[in-house]
Amino acid sequence: MNVIEITDIVKSYRRGSQRIPVLEHISLTIQNGEFLSLMGPSGSGKSTLLNLIAGLDKPDSGGIRIGDMEISTLSETGLAAWRAGHVGFIFQFYNLIPVLTASENVELPLMLTGLSKKARRAHVITALSLVSLQDRMDHYPRQLSGGQQQRVAIARAVVADPTILVADEPTGDLDRHSAEDVLELMDRLCTQLGKTIVMVTHDPRAARRAHTLKYLEKGVLSDAPQTAVSECLQA
Amino acid sequence: MNLLFHYSLRNLLARRLTTTLTALGMALVVFVFAAIIMLADGLQKTLVDTGSYDNVVVIRKSSVSEVQSGIDRQQASIVETEPEIALDQNGAALVAREMVVLITMEKRGGDSRSNVVIRGVSSASLALRPQIHLIAGRFPRPGSSEIMIGKSIVKNFKGTELQESLTFGMRSWRIVGIFDAGSTGYSSEIWGDVFQMMSAFRRPVYSSVLFKIRDSGAFKAVQFRIENDPRLTLEAKRETVYYKEQSEAMSTFLRILGMSLTIIFSVGAIVGAMITMYAAVAARTVEIGVLRALGFQRSAILTAFLLESLILGGIGGCTGLFAASFLQLLTVSTMNFQTFSELAFRFTLTPDIVVKSLMFSQVMGFAGGVLPAFRASRMNIIAALREG
Repeated sequence: MNVIEITDIVKSYRRGSQRIPVLEHISLTIQNGEFLSLMGPSGSGKSTLLNLIAGLDKPDSGGIRIGDMEISTLSETGLAAWRAGHVGFIFQFYNLIPVLTASENVELPLMLTGLSKKARRAHVITALSLVSLQDRMDHYPRQLSGGQQQRVAIARAVVADPTILVADEPTGDLDRHSAEDVLELMDRLCTQLGKTIVMVTHDPRAARRAHTLKYLEKGVLSDAPQTAVSECLQA
Repeated sequence: MNLLFHYSLRNLLARRLTTTLTALGMALVVFVFAAIIMLADGLQKTLVDTGSYDNVVVIRKSSVSEVQSGIDRQQASIVETEPEIALDQNGAALVAREMVVLITMEKRGGDSRSNVVIRGVSSASLALRPQIHLIAGRFPRPGSSEIMIGKSIVKNFKGTELQESLTFGMRSWRIVGIFDAGSTGYSSEIWGDVFQMMSAFRRPVYSSVLFKIRDSGAFKAVQFRIENDPRLTLEAKRETVYYKEQSEAMSTFLRILGMSLTIIFSVGAIVGAMITMYAAVAARTVEIGVLRALGFQRSAILTAFLLESLILGGIGGCTGLFAASFLQLLTVSTMNFQTFSELAFRFTLTPDIVVKSLMFSQVMGFAGGVLPAFRASRMNIIAALREG
């Protein structure tokens, strides 16, 4: 079953009177439980496409259906409410709130649900156990290593059981060992928990974990070229 | 949104130095704001408390205070015949003819001089003012050149100790008693026999006639009769009203002065809070982006930053009030413009001042935080996330 259906989207930015095209008539479908990696050179539009899928931005034209919701027509308020229940974010620089503890950071998305404090607590413990950080619940981000911070960020991404997970260079700021841990975790989320993951990466090792590789260049999406696939396989 | 409150609070704690300095700026303004109202209220309370609700002061029409008033003996006798005047246990009317004059005396701790109220009193004067208690010596004997002195006078003026003598009205007056009238204006007066005082100051008239009415509700009738009697050119006021009017000019002056200072200071404090909050927004751009990406609405971001600014204002408000509360330990002595005499009073912190000061601090917090909070809430999510 398709969980993401992107139909003929166009996205451009304006710089003064000049229109700069970023995505040109892109269509893409991603199935439920699929782990898709988006690769491509810098400035190719990977992050723009990811932002559109995550409901952070709106296309100039075309449709984006996530699950049974057409999000390209939602208002900004509607998009925010939709993101709260359907999207989990994993950022390159973890982006944890420094003044909140690990458990409070993980609890943030649950604040937008109607769950009781007790239920939220249970969800947070489950999510932190999933990333093997239940013993670091009361630690602040500054007291955790980069890898641990990214695992907390993953716990935050999955705690509300979103429809999709979007990851923007999730291993970009990690050492090799921590990166492997994070990728292993994402792989488990996909294979064991059936999460749909869309990941933007430059890292061939990260891309190798994905079920599907897509390549974006000059705003045009294609299956990954052989060179990129070979790089991934060699990594 | 308990977590948002923690988020705001912890962000303030994370920036301890800026938070402390900004809160101190606000605290200073709240301190000035509270101090001025405490001063004005203290003055008003002192004068209003000086009067009793059932006491009626009769003075010459159009005279603002007893100092400018004059009531001749015949008019005083007519007033004394009012049937509503209360009687004491011995059946004597609770009515006192009094005379008020001002003398200048040298203050302690310098060569400056200030006016002091001398009150010539009758035998019923003490019974009409139950708040007056002797704290040293004895009451002056009627018909003698003996005086008793309010405790604020003893504290603030030279040569006013018990058994010392004061010279005024070309006569020497022996201090035989010191009295405490609580936080009322009487504590700043010198009392002696009214006939001796009139003789010494060559005054053929009284300044006022004070009496207590039997029934509080009878005041209007007494007032009407006194003010409409063709033989009298007098007006009657409840003693509380009389003293409230006495405090109005000074307290209004203090309030206007205080408000002007407060407004000027508060502009500085608001700008300070605004700079702090703009800096906070700039430093937390990525956090704002993350919160928005997670699904928090613009209104939640606005609330979080506004809350932070209001907490900042609250800290400033509480600190300023805490500092101002110590002013209650001070007694201030100043000139009462209405009587041109020295009046000692205390800063008074009332629940009303606490509420007003805290509200004022919240207004400052709001004014300082609203624009930065609005800016935070209007940020573009993608641009904010890119700041990382």
